[in-house]
Amino acid sequence: MPINIDKALGIFPQALTLRARRAEIIAANMANADTPNYKARDIDFKGALKQAADRAGSHDVTLRRTDARHLAVGGDAMSEAVKYRIPHQSSLDGNTVDAETEQAEFTRNAVQYQATLTFLNGRIRGLMTAIRGD
Amino acid sequence: MSSFRIFEIAGSGMSAQSLRLNITASNLANAESVSGNDKGVYRAREPVFSAVMDGFGDESAANVRVLGVVENNAPVQMRYEPGHPLADAQGYIYMPNVNMVEQMANMISASRSYQNNVEVLNTSKQLLLATLRLGQ
Repeated sequence: MPINIDKALGIFPQALTLRARRAEIIAANMANADTPNYKARDIDFKGALKQAADRAGSHDVTLRRTDARHLAVGGDAMSEAVKYRIPHQSSLDGNTVDAETEQAEFTRNAVQYQATLTFLNGRIRGLMTAIRGD
Repeated sequence: MSSFRIFEIAGSGMSAQSLRLNITASNLANAESVSGNDKGVYRAREPVFSAVMDGFGDESAANVRVLGVVENNAPVQMRYEPGHPLADAQGYIYMPNVNMVEQMANMISASRSYQNNVEVLNTSKQLLLATLRLGQ
């Protein structure tokens, strides 16, 4: 039976990619903390991960977009999962970034990223043990 | 790899905030730069930030761009000081419309935002380095 490396690594590669994207979005929120009319965003991690896992499991074909004007066909996990954050308090300039919330979420995401890395490392080590056999 | 975009985003935030700090410094430095007429007096400057939504589809994270620097159009203060070398015919000098309290608050806000971006950059760097060591 051939070893399927993708299967051996489980959900973690997709989770890692999503965590990286989430870090990017939160970083953008923090960078735009003083931009008028900027609306803070975040991703629905659970939904996005489920979607990514479904996509990895099935062999459905998606279309590659090569131009900014192309529309997403069938949608991709990220763009559908990006949502606007509901602000605790509205501000006069229309900005909905709450720096403390973003900081907390960023830190949480960083720790979870590291956790995912650890899990992934464990899987890789398992594979290495299987390959070396010692 | 798209994760490197985070550096770009945090970097744009840092450059925007440092520009804001520079402008605040300029405003504070010129708070006492009096002038003999209404036109020549220094007016407080403020940066205008805007989010840049470039890329397409899932590239939904946004950089910051400084759209421009605008002058505050609050009225300048006139002060009656006939002995001043720059005083006009009526004996008035014109003070910049720099509000010290506002500028100090602006400075603190800018420095906090800058620190936030530095923190994001540092954390991301550590995470990416850990990713590079994956499987070792």
